[in-house]
Amino acid sequence: MKNLSIFQKGFLDVLPLTIPVVPFGIIYGVIGTEIGFSPLMTFVMSFVIFAGSSQIAFTQLFFTGASPIVIIGSVAAINSRHLLYGAVLSQYLNKLHLGWRILLSYLMTDQAFSVSSFYLKKNKNKFNSYYHLLGSGFTLWFLWQVSTLIGIFLGNIVPEQLGLEFTIPLTFLALIVRELRKIDHLIVIMFSGISSLIIYNLPYKIYVIVSAFIALVVSYFLIINSKKTKK
Amino acid sequence: MIWFWILTAGIVTFLTRFSMIALINPNLLSDNLKKVLTYVPSAVFPAIIFPAVFLDKKGLMLSIDNPQILGFLIAIIVGYFFKNIILTIFSGLISYWMLVFWLS
Repeated sequence: MKNLSIFQKGFLDVLPLTIPVVPFGIIYGVIGTEIGFSPLMTFVMSFVIFAGSSQIAFTQLFFTGASPIVIIGSVAAINSRHLLYGAVLSQYLNKLHLGWRILLSYLMTDQAFSVSSFYLKKNKNKFNSYYHLLGSGFTLWFLWQVSTLIGIFLGNIVPEQLGLEFTIPLTFLALIVRELRKIDHLIVIMFSGISSLIIYNLPYKIYVIVSAFIALVVSYFLIINSKKTKK
Repeated sequence: MIWFWILTAGIVTFLTRFSMIALINPNLLSDNLKKVLTYVPSAVFPAIIFPAVFLDKKGLMLSIDNPQILGFLIAIIVGYFFKNIILTIFSGLISYWMLVFWLS
């Protein structure tokens, strides 16, 4: 198969998963400008960070007065799931030039990973199968930039009285709504949420990181425990 | 200064994407650690969600009949049954607007 047709396959495979990405990008653009970032800043964040939930968390924490270290720590924590994706993808990409690996890393998102890791696994022996990841990644990147711009434009029109900051918790809820049916995830969610309320008044808004850490420790014990019961 | 922190956030995000792909031996992550990473959204997002829904700007608990809390509960119910991202966000937002309008 030619490079271009594999690229196209990546584009087509990821397309259904981009349906929620566009409104998500628009919401980010609206919130960013509504909450006080300049349009340029809001756009540059989509370009430089290119990770929706991190950008929204960054915006939210910045304007509640969190210390920069806490903001960066939260961004790192949210993005730590990428380590998992990288660990899976590296076996297919480790022979590529450094430039390619940098580009494909930058473009790697939840959606691109979920379609392209599947393709790469099935087409292990094709020398150019990484074009699939380029296709899926670029498609998502392009839509993210465009939808951010639309959001920035709308943010300048939409009146502040609509209370659109409320879309921030709603957006994060929407991202974990699938986990509500799993009892182990529900336990982790409750530990994180309730501890964040209890320790909210600690300095520098450090509650975000501490609560996440507590919840991850809980998840570790749940994993150990489920292994024991399986034996 | 804000530009500096945006750039830092960008570099940190990139490194989480790049580090495992750049490593020669990606088996550095133990099986348990890989499993813990699948819980990351469930562990981090509620710490952002809960205070934004249940606390006011001073960090005090809102009363249970606050439009924000009711809108949030409606979004949970809709999300639980439909498992749809956009539907979850908009059901919460629209019911929040209706409650604000209705209660004022």
